[in-house]
Amino acid sequence: MFPFSFEWIWDAGHMVFHGGLWYALNIIGIGITYCIIKAAVDTIKGKGSHDHH
Amino acid sequence: MDSALIPKGVKRCPLWQFLLGLGIVGVVLAWGVYAMLLCWFKGLNQTNMNDYYGFALWIWADLAVIAVGGGAFFSGLLKYIIGKDELKYIINYAVLIGFICYSSALLILAIDIGQPLRGWFIFWHANVHSMLTEVAFCLSCYFSVLTIEYIPLILENRQIDRVPFFHNLSHNMHETMAVFAATGAFLSFFHQGSLGGVAGVLFGRPFSFREGLLIWPWTFFLFTWSAAAYGPCFTLLITWITEKVTRKKLVKDNVVELLAKISGWMIFTYTIAKIFDTTRWANITAPGLGQTLADFYTGTAMYGYWILFAEIVLGGLVPAIILISAPLRKNPVWRVTAIILAVMGVSLNRWVMVLQVMAVPVMPFDKWALYYPSWQEVATTILPVAYGIILIMISYRYLPIFPQEAELNPIDDEPAVVAEINTPADLEPAQA
Repeated sequence: MFPFSFEWIWDAGHMVFHGGLWYALNIIGIGITYCIIKAAVDTIKGKGSHDHH
Repeated sequence: MDSALIPKGVKRCPLWQFLLGLGIVGVVLAWGVYAMLLCWFKGLNQTNMNDYYGFALWIWADLAVIAVGGGAFFSGLLKYIIGKDELKYIINYAVLIGFICYSSALLILAIDIGQPLRGWFIFWHANVHSMLTEVAFCLSCYFSVLTIEYIPLILENRQIDRVPFFHNLSHNMHETMAVFAATGAFLSFFHQGSLGGVAGVLFGRPFSFREGLLIWPWTFFLFTWSAAAYGPCFTLLITWITEKVTRKKLVKDNVVELLAKISGWMIFTYTIAKIFDTTRWANITAPGLGQTLADFYTGTAMYGYWILFAEIVLGGLVPAIILISAPLRKNPVWRVTAIILAVMGVSLNRWVMVLQVMAVPVMPFDKWALYYPSWQEVATTILPVAYGIILIMISYRYLPIFPQEAELNPIDDEPAVVAEINTPADLEPAQA
């Protein structure tokens, strides 16, 4: 639910619950986006040898 | 035939044997899928749930797999945040087991809600006063985290890893895994706790009601604690079963013993807290709500005092003492006995907190309400077990789940295997 949804109320319950949800989703989304973009950049730079881990 | 997909330096059973195993477990899976389709197309009248049992076998299975799947978040916390680096040899398997447990939990919920097409309502039309809303939020998010933790393992398949982009993606995901592990620990703390909170806030049911801290009843903290304590035992149990099935040593003893020791101390502290909680509840909370301990444990043989003893002593103190004691922990027989008792103990705790809660009469004119699941409920509860076995079989065969396997099980014909996988047909990932 977003703040512009008709059911939204600006109270502590909505802010804490949905704030927590969007906080977690943002960390997950930003983290995975970073990994994908960096992998694409690394691939363009020619990295990809089997010398890691 | 599929040797090009098998990790380097390890040996697997012939393909026909693998497919035969998949086929046998697949029959059980098909039985569960049939029952699941019955529940979806004909409705929840396929179950034996009634006005007493709105929560039944499925919710017990849900809570149990979520508790034992807690090994993933706690092992991740220990390795990535606290720095127990030895656990890197078992963390892959902990993640896989966690992934299976949480996907199973979501599958069971998808059946249990009766109208899976409306599953998204809990996100969009969220009731922010409900513990279950928090569970739904955190469960879904944490499943995303587990998927992110499982993807690098898939990308490390020897054919997929040849694609530079996937190789780099896997590498980058490993590099940032601490962020996901910390997020997973945060999400797990709240959804494990809220599952306990659901029972603890039921003020109309003195059997489960507890006081607490602010809005959180003590069961909130006990559930999180128990998941962190018992989850690693389940990881160790499945590892042990896998070793027996494959007849191989897959993880070194020092890794197993470290995780068993940490789990033992966690179970010990949890059990002490649980004893304090039970004592206070039996002497103050329940009498204050008009019921006594005898009301909960003398009405029917199924829920006698034995169940309290089995949960706290056999499933708590006994495995804790075995796992804490170094001589006992180092003995495989004692260790496995403790691990099995621990997994049974936490499963029994979830059973009591879901089903005994519903069974205990709360009105003077009420009777004990016992419940027997329908075959459709049993089949759909076994379904995730079959799914889990299949996913473990496929992952074990094609992914480098156990980093120590090659070292612990050296093979003599490695040059022949290498020669075989270097044939031109094996260089094409799409065919692989």
